[in-house]
Amino acid sequence: MTRTGLVLANLFHRKGRTWLTLLSVVAAFTLFGLLQAVIVVFSSGADFVGTTRLITQSRVSFTNSLPMRMVPEIDAIPGVQRAMYQQWFGGVNKADNTEIFTFAVDPERLHEVYPEWVMPEEHWQAFARTRTGIIVGRQVADRTGWKVGDRIPLASNIFPQKDGSKDWEFDVVGIYDGIDEQWQAQTGGLYINHAYFAEASMFGGGLAGMFSLKIEDPGMAEAIAQTIDKRFENTADETRTMSEKDFNVNFLKQLGDIGLMLRWILFAVFFTLLLVVGNTMAQSVRERVPQFAVLKTLGFTDNAVLGFVLAETLALCAIGGLLGMAIAWFLSQGISQAAGGFLPPIILTAPVWLAGLAAIVLLSLAVGLMPALRARRLRIVDALAGR
Amino acid sequence: MTDSLVQIRQLKKNYTRGKQTVEVLHGIDLDIPRGDFVALMGPSGSGKTTLLNLIGGLDTPSSGSVSVEGRRIDQMSGGELAAWRAHHVGFVFQFYNLLPVLTAQKNVELPLLLATMGGAERARRAQVALQLVGLGDRGGHKPSELSGGQEQRVAIARALVTDPTLLICDEPTGDLDRKTADEILTLLQVLNREHGKTIVMVTHDPKAAEYATHTVHLDKGLLVDTVAAH
Repeated sequence: MTRTGLVLANLFHRKGRTWLTLLSVVAAFTLFGLLQAVIVVFSSGADFVGTTRLITQSRVSFTNSLPMRMVPEIDAIPGVQRAMYQQWFGGVNKADNTEIFTFAVDPERLHEVYPEWVMPEEHWQAFARTRTGIIVGRQVADRTGWKVGDRIPLASNIFPQKDGSKDWEFDVVGIYDGIDEQWQAQTGGLYINHAYFAEASMFGGGLAGMFSLKIEDPGMAEAIAQTIDKRFENTADETRTMSEKDFNVNFLKQLGDIGLMLRWILFAVFFTLLLVVGNTMAQSVRERVPQFAVLKTLGFTDNAVLGFVLAETLALCAIGGLLGMAIAWFLSQGISQAAGGFLPPIILTAPVWLAGLAAIVLLSLAVGLMPALRARRLRIVDALAGR
Repeated sequence: MTDSLVQIRQLKKNYTRGKQTVEVLHGIDLDIPRGDFVALMGPSGSGKTTLLNLIGGLDTPSSGSVSVEGRRIDQMSGGELAAWRAHHVGFVFQFYNLLPVLTAQKNVELPLLLATMGGAERARRAQVALQLVGLGDRGGHKPSELSGGQEQRVAIARALVTDPTLLICDEPTGDLDRKTADEILTLLQVLNREHGKTIVMVTHDPKAAEYATHTVHLDKGLLVDTVAAH
């Protein structure tokens, strides 16, 4: 029999209620761990570590296109192996009216800059020489049944042809796949030939939404990015160059202030948790008033009794909190693997764990202090008399 | 009376209930010799439980003094009183007041958490105390698995385990049938006679008082008489 044993025994004096409360703490801290890790991703600064490709977009927004004349200038910047330009086409499958990620690209540059897309070499060549050619991602091909040789109707929700029609037709010349599982999971798009797009579109032919740059040395990524942005500083087309991962994060940020949204979700979760655990502890202390009186009778001081209640609360929050954080850690591993290289890895970093520990302590104090003070204030004779 | 274990002088206790102040004890003088077994009797509201609480250091007097073994417990702070209770007094209540989540053995070990000793020594002493009350084989049972009489024996073992000078018993047989009550009272008598424990017991039951060496009667907050057992 130890004091810790006494605390744990008392904690589970109503097993069902304690387990349910514990589960709610576990769930809340699982969410806390994951969301905190995501917040870290969204609030972190530029990260060029291990970058082999850079994205250059308009400094204002990626929805602002950049002129194609910048391509040779970027190509000429030391360290840039090849620049690939791509224009968002806004493709819609006319058969079922669903949007499909469609970009107008230069086939050779795409092949060179994105070796992760794989298909037979003759299909790459066909894509390069067929002006109306289109290559289809494996997932799209599987879903739509499109195959090489098909002529498919696509609409653009942005670009009409010169005759004013937004209906376009393309010839399927290849089905591309991903080089590995992560890339295979991203084969939900289409690529059309930019030369044909530029020639046939009513506008936008001389523009590209962004440039993907293959670089020679990942160690030079940051310097190259700075050089490019410096090169176009104070021009009509200022740029912002970043790693692919940062671009993807920024893309998601367009949805709104994700960090703020996540923080509000966490606030709601913890406010609810505060009420649930607070109610449990208050009820638990109320039920055990005579037991606390007995402890004091036996010689435990007021502060010792206060300590017992706080220790119970801390144990409840610590067991649930650490279990929840551990589950979040396992889930984050899975999520990061599933996301592949699309997003920066969602990791429960040391600061996230520290924030979790701080949350455990703060929650324990917030929900345990009032009942603990009540237990501390108990007068033995009143409590034993049931007053 | 320097040989008295407990010396009470002009003891008064007031309670404030709302705007009213009620004097429960009106100046009690009482000496309890070491090794005595005193039964406090009197009608409801006579102040016997209040007096018991003051002797046991569970409450503090409004005026007057309570000395135990020559120490003025009425002048102790809350922390000092707690430490004093832990080392010098054992308590037995009418409703046993065992912790339901702990086994009998662990309930008995509870007061020893305040002493500086290892877990093995605590367990050994608790086992000795349980054997003393005849429950050496029931240490692994929780209170809900014991009869009322057994629970009260565990409570007595808990009161004894620190080897206190004084045993304070508040209606220890009030919740038991006659036969079990007699067993408990016999046990208390043995503790008094053979182990030298000084016992102060509040009771309504004249038969219970017969086990004591002296019976002190209170009425309306005053000591009426003290009767020695035949």
